[in-house]
Amino acid sequence: MRDVREALMVARDSDGKLVRRPLSPHVQVYRWPLSMALSITHRVTGVGLGIGTLLMTAWLLTAATSEAGFERFQYFLGSAVGLFLLFCWTLALVFHLMTGLRHLWMDTGHGYDEKQYHNSGIAVLAGTAALTVLIWVAGLMIW
Amino acid sequence: MPDTRATPHIDMLRSPLGRARGLGSARAGSKHWWAQRLTSIALVPLTLWFIWSMLRLAGASQADVADWLSSPVRLALLLALIAATFHHLQLGLQVVIEDYVPQEGVKLAAVLAVKGLCVLLALVCAMSALALGLNT
Repeated sequence: MRDVREALMVARDSDGKLVRRPLSPHVQVYRWPLSMALSITHRVTGVGLGIGTLLMTAWLLTAATSEAGFERFQYFLGSAVGLFLLFCWTLALVFHLMTGLRHLWMDTGHGYDEKQYHNSGIAVLAGTAALTVLIWVAGLMIW
Repeated sequence: MPDTRATPHIDMLRSPLGRARGLGSARAGSKHWWAQRLTSIALVPLTLWFIWSMLRLAGASQADVADWLSSPVRLALLLALIAATFHHLQLGLQVVIEDYVPQEGVKLAAVLAVKGLCVLLALVCAMSALALGLNT
């Protein structure tokens, strides 16, 4: 059976002739403004953070079940691979937090002016870099 | 089957009402949207607290973690973080799957699998936190 939505694709033009409705151009056609890149990265980091919850689960689970297992997991997190994963996780978390705050602000109806729209994107990038560096400097000093 | 791209023609007779049925809002969209916003607002302070706590626990032993979680306030905050995180996660992943998976069967299976997995992970995290915090 054909998709019934196909019925919506055929229409008449102003002369009454049957035409196929045009589709809007796909994403590759457009020049990417900053907000477009931030929006898709927000989504990508969201999925990444979902995978990252496995780290938190493993950390809590090993801490609750076995002292030796927790020591091994902490050792893994302190290794080069572990630190790299934690750094990506921090970066994704801070970025998602910053773009999330921007989206919440825009949900209240603010920031749609072209200049504000661009500047708040720059602020997100600057905030992400600053907070991530701050967290890692503090973390490495404590560790 | 005739190609409607080459010569546009009507081979499906649908009334305007019939065309619109099933394509519009199921009137449940705002609930999903609102839940995503509520959990995100809750996660702003909870995430900052979590990052702060993880920094203090860098390189901690199991005893340190148990000691940290022996405070009922911290345990409550961690449980709130776990609930908000996994609820927010399954709402977000559902939208991603719905946007990119066109086949209805695969879409439904993927959404259900993600939701089930999120509930299980949340329970594992919560039970681990409770076991750690209530033991001492």
